[in-house]
Amino acid sequence: MTPTTLEIPDGAQNPVEPFLRMDRMPHIWCPGCGIGTTVNCFTRALLDSKVNLDKVAIVSGIGCTGRVAGYARLDSFHTTHGRAIPFATGMKLANPELQVVVYSGDGDLFAIGGNHFIHAARRNMDLKVICVNNMTYAMTGGQSSSTTPAHVISATAPYGAFEPTFNLVALAEAAGASYVARWTTYHVKQLSRSMEEVLHKKGFCFIEVLSPCPTLYQRRNKMGDGLDAMKYYKQASKIRNGAPTGECTLSKSGEIVVGKFVDRDRPDYLELLRAQMTEALGERYVESEASCSC
Amino acid sequence: MHADPKGVLTGVHFLDGDHACCEGTLAAGARFAAGYPITPSTEVVERFASRIPTVGGIFIQMEDELAASIAIQGAVWAGAKAFTVTSGPGFSLMMEHIGLAAMTETPCVFVDVQRGGPSTGLPTLPGQADMMQARWGSHGDYGIIALCPNSPQECFDLTIQAFNLSEEFRVPVMMMMDECVGHMTEKVVIPEPDQIEITPRRYTKLPPEEYRPFEPREDLVPDMARTGEGYRFHITGLTHDERGYPNMSVETQDRLVRRLLAKLNPLANGRSLCETENLEDADVVVVSYGITSRVAQRAIQLARSRGIRAGKFRLITAWPFPAERIRELAGRVKAFVVPELNLGQMVLEVERAAAGQAKVIPVSHAGGTVHNPDTILNAIVEAAR
Ligand SMILES: Cc1ncc(C[n+]2csc(CCOP(=O)(O)OP(=O)(O)O)c2C)c(N)n1
Ligand code: SF4
Repeated sequence: MTPTTLEIPDGAQNPVEPFLRMDRMPHIWCPGCGIGTTVNCFTRALLDSKVNLDKVAIVSGIGCTGRVAGYARLDSFHTTHGRAIPFATGMKLANPELQVVVYSGDGDLFAIGGNHFIHAARRNMDLKVICVNNMTYAMTGGQSSSTTPAHVISATAPYGAFEPTFNLVALAEAAGASYVARWTTYHVKQLSRSMEEVLHKKGFCFIEVLSPCPTLYQRRNKMGDGLDAMKYYKQASKIRNGAPTGECTLSKSGEIVVGKFVDRDRPDYLELLRAQMTEALGERYVESEASCSC
Repeated sequence: MHADPKGVLTGVHFLDGDHACCEGTLAAGARFAAGYPITPSTEVVERFASRIPTVGGIFIQMEDELAASIAIQGAVWAGAKAFTVTSGPGFSLMMEHIGLAAMTETPCVFVDVQRGGPSTGLPTLPGQADMMQARWGSHGDYGIIALCPNSPQECFDLTIQAFNLSEEFRVPVMMMMDECVGHMTEKVVIPEPDQIEITPRRYTKLPPEEYRPFEPREDLVPDMARTGEGYRFHITGLTHDERGYPNMSVETQDRLVRRLLAKLNPLANGRSLCETENLEDADVVVVSYGITSRVAQRAIQLARSRGIRAGKFRLITAWPFPAERIRELAGRVKAFVVPELNLGQMVLEVERAAAGQAKVIPVSHAGGTVHNPDTILNAIVEAAR
């Protein structure tokens, strides 16, 4: 893969500007927040993948990460809390030409929206799901999420969290995802490359990005600022491509296994639908037209 | 625009209301449905699932009603006409997404085949107790349209209207059926495609640089853009300005929310659908809708045969409520009798519109079966005294 040299367009200060709604800047994210870093990686992936940006739709749920859709200069949808995946499902099926990316937080995708995640993965719906995992509900003030590790103090776990957490990559693999990777905001190159890869991969693709929330998660746990998070990610991460996802659980300050864990070919939902209908109906089957002109 | 012949099953059929509703969706041009099974509504999507692969489109059974009610909105923004179908408990789960559709002005249709409630209630038996929920069930201020068929034929006809109105006003439209209408089988005539008027989606003609997704036209409804065509638009459930960008100012909120309601005014005043009979000389007017209107019809006949000047006002558009028409009638009749399969919902609207000018007599019923016509007759007799 040859890295693209990013040209700074005339009048812009940053090469990613054409991909952002600059008329909405400044954004709402705090200094040191990792979400912006992931967006930077995403815009680079869009550029490097050479996909037709007019055909890329981005769908977010609600949360700090949920605001990504609002800043991306794409057809972009900020939906309801937890329901980005079913919205994206409808969109993809009504117009299979679209490349539909879901970009949301861990609480959104795995707590309130967990049911939709596992079913979309099971169906191998052709969606690219990017989860910014800051291990908390940031937008609402740092409450516990289904990924908050034990012993972490949160707004709703003032004496420390103790519930077992979801291992998102294992969950994604078990539910049927075609592609599963995990990176941190320290791994910008690898993250961009993964994002680029999924833009060319069919089926349900999932990328988890560990990302710091200095304002709530780290401050409450005396874990320093955004830079300290980078140091931790750097020191604690082990790249183990192909690692069994079951071994990739996360903890408050332990090892972080990163890498591409799953990359497999399964027929996606629309392929399965077509095959079954053709088998059952033969010539009578009429394929759904890509978005009618009604 | 006329109906796409591919979806129109022209002919004379013997169908139940659920199946007729499904044929209505296909004739209206719906090519996407998402649903989750629930009695007594499932037949609508079961038929859609069997019909759509030979018409061209998608049916997907989602993991729950939250998913179904938002999958249709994704499909709409991708260019399809889309709907979902449910009953009581599922309708409750859909409320957040009715609000989303209202806020993002997403044209789509929700079919609610009402059963007895609350909660799991009477899964296989009729009710009409979701009428207020249809209007007010999601949080915040917004407007919707609700239509009430009273026969399988109307399940077909009004479903097409529901889609047309949703495109014209860009609001979610509710088809408020009930278990009786959904499960009764009658003659349904499906016309030729060129006899069926279809309202096309209002797509903008402006180029992307000039397009502002929530800039309303004169009728207060903005034009849409379709995903994937270079408009790069943004849609959010947050309060937004004309560009579609979130804006938390009191002025933007006021402008947006007032418009979401005001755009429906033409329908509330004048264009509302209703069926009336014998209003000219009426002393007592029976206001009813759905299956109850058919029972009321009998009661009105019996009253007339006894020399009571009873008239009929059948709500077809329940929302927006035709308040002006009721107000006008209230000035010249003695009383309204309002039978419904709930403990008093639309009767509150009749009372509000009548504003004390005429008596308003509810004939409530907790659901599970229809009224006995004599109960309604007694109320008419009482009212005429
Ligand atoms: C139905 C519903 N419940 C609750 C909320 C409040 N809420 C907004 S964002 C959020 C949590 C977001 O957490 P996450 O998805 O992890 O995103 P982050 O803010 O951490 O990026 C919650 C609970 C909501 N908007 N809607
Ligand atoms: S609260 Fe946390 S997640 Fe949200 S913007 Fe600030 S740092 Fe980022």
